Amino acid sequence: MAEVMLRKVVKRYDDVEAVRGIDLDIADHEFVVLVGPSGCGKSTTLRMIAGLEDITDGDIMIGGDIVNDVPPKDRDIAMVFQNYALYPHMTVAENMSFGLRLKRYPKAEIKARIDEAARMLDIVELVDRKPKQLSGGQRQRVAMGRAIVRNPKVFLFDEPLSNLDAKLRVQMRIEIKKVHQKVRTTTVYVTHDQVEAMTLADRVVVMNNGRIEQIGTPNDLYHHPATRFVAAFIGSPAMNFLPCRFEEVAGRLHVRLTDRIAFPLPPGRAERYRDVGRSEKLLLGLRPEHITEANAHPELGIEAFDAVLDVTEPMGMETLIYFTLEGTQVCGRVNPNAGARDGGALRLAVDLNNMHLLNEVTGAVI
Amino acid sequence: MSTMAIDKGAPTRKVKYGSMSRDRAWALRWSYFFLTLFAIFSLVPPIYMIITSLKSSAEISAATNPWWVFHPTLSNYIELLTSNQFLTFFRNSAVVSIFVVTITMLISVPAAFALARMRFWGSATLATGVFLTYLIPDSLLFIPLFKMFAVIGDWTGIQLINKWYVLLFIYPTLTVPFCTWIMIGYFASIPKELDEAAIIDGASWFQTLTRIFIPVALPGLIAATIFAFTVSWAQFLYPLVFTTSADQLVLPVGIITTLIKGDVFNWGQIMTGALLGAAPPLIIYAFLMDYYIAGLTAGATKG
Repeated sequence: MAEVMLRKVVKRYDDVEAVRGIDLDIADHEFVVLVGPSGCGKSTTLRMIAGLEDITDGDIMIGGDIVNDVPPKDRDIAMVFQNYALYPHMTVAENMSFGLRLKRYPKAEIKARIDEAARMLDIVELVDRKPKQLSGGQRQRVAMGRAIVRNPKVFLFDEPLSNLDAKLRVQMRIEIKKVHQKVRTTTVYVTHDQVEAMTLADRVVVMNNGRIEQIGTPNDLYHHPATRFVAAFIGSPAMNFLPCRFEEVAGRLHVRLTDRIAFPLPPGRAERYRDVGRSEKLLLGLRPEHITEANAHPELGIEAFDAVLDVTEPMGMETLIYFTLEGTQVCGRVNPNAGARDGGALRLAVDLNNMHLLNEVTGAVI
Repeated sequence: MSTMAIDKGAPTRKVKYGSMSRDRAWALRWSYFFLTLFAIFSLVPPIYMIITSLKSSAEISAATNPWWVFHPTLSNYIELLTSNQFLTFFRNSAVVSIFVVTITMLISVPAAFALARMRFWGSATLATGVFLTYLIPDSLLFIPLFKMFAVIGDWTGIQLINKWYVLLFIYPTLTVPFCTWIMIGYFASIPKELDEAAIIDGASWFQTLTRIFIPVALPGLIAATIFAFTVSWAQFLYPLVFTTSADQLVLPVGIITTLIKGDVFNWGQIMTGALLGAAPPLIIYAFLMDYYIAGLTAGATKG
């Protein structure tokens, strides 16, 4: 059990800078997910923590010790790979015990640990099989078992669920969470799937272009994104960004979307955005769930307007609607009984109490 | 509904069921034709050898049908297998080949592992270099090699020429580059995550090689072993040049130099010797072919 600290860590390949000086503190027992699009440096960061990649600059500490030049085997870490990386010529039990056998643990101890891990992962009846006799999900369990029996200071997961089909992925996601609740080992988990990041993490680290965009709890990132990148990356369907500007109408601050549509800001928001320049190019960020069908009782900050829908996607418990506003496609979520249909008109309402305001040029959230 | 309407208007095309299998049947017919042709082409010489080896010298020189044995005899076999000289050739060949295979594997497996996995400065160039050395024909190489061993003999007094063990130095120049190249290919096909997992599990480079790479690449290892054995067993030019005394000769050279006396060709025994010489590689192929084909990497990763 240990905390992991990264201090100004840089990774440079020849002339490409994959990781551009990141600082990250991971507490003991914490489950941290690094998430971002491919090529953002998240895997490289994980591999540097593992010791599979040299770091160009900066420091990595595990349990308070600087491990920059410590070989992987002496870092007391275990890693689960995307493609499982099971040893094909060994049985499940041999795969799981390989590390322990190299360290010459007593046989009884090895057996006890395998039994415990196998029971935890529900693979007891598979221990004598070879990897090729296992399904994808079972292989992934064995890969996790191999990590668990080592009882390391830190677990490192490199996109472990990417090779599984959607249903199995959800199931394994829950398994991983259960395992972490039982063993409480500090975990660093890399994924490009924001749903995985949100559901698993104590804290999510959103990375982009070799830098950390934002660190926070899943709810933090969802409700208070710091940049346009985070706002767009977290949440599915993604947040809508509508070009807009501010104007004063009859003494009240309005956000104008089109010539015909302008909404008055609720008092709290008006106060917050008081100093925003009237001529600045802005983006109104609205999550789909904050664009819904209008109801008969107007509330403060909820403003209605009419829209002609392009496409509707019934999801069962809700219907996703898509319409166009000044050339921008907008996604909303309405009640399945709201009467939304392809090409039909619908009176919608936006919830400005949950709006985000971004600078169109810098992408910063105001 | 609208799709139904479109279907009705469209010209109906008769689906030819089984057209796939008809294609396949034709492909198979051609394959069998050429395979048969090739089999005849490559099997006629050994069959002719077997026929000749079962004839007496008198029958070979008689003007009878050369493709039939009228008075089959095992005398050629008995004579060779009871001849001390022939057994010496056989033993020399076996000893040389076993040593060469061992030496080759001890060099080329670690070399291939280093070149395939341990990224170091110049490793890619070196890998290509290893292959290039294989491209120099032995018929060119034997002259400077001979000179080298002669010079070594002059300087140090260690006479290697005309000793069977000189071949242990020479054959690996043929086998090591090729086996290294084969093994580089096999090792490169092992997913990178496998050695990374081993490294994280605490394995050293050597343990990664012996406990992961060698077992996983066993089919490749066996292919390389077979190759090394075949090359050293069948090598003719080098032993012809470097060994001359009858007790130092290996089988291919021994048969030619002792069974052809002047212009007298002892055809029956030459054929018998060649057949007996071909037996060990044949037996080895027969036993190891299954390993050779079996893919052990299945299940290592996704798929």
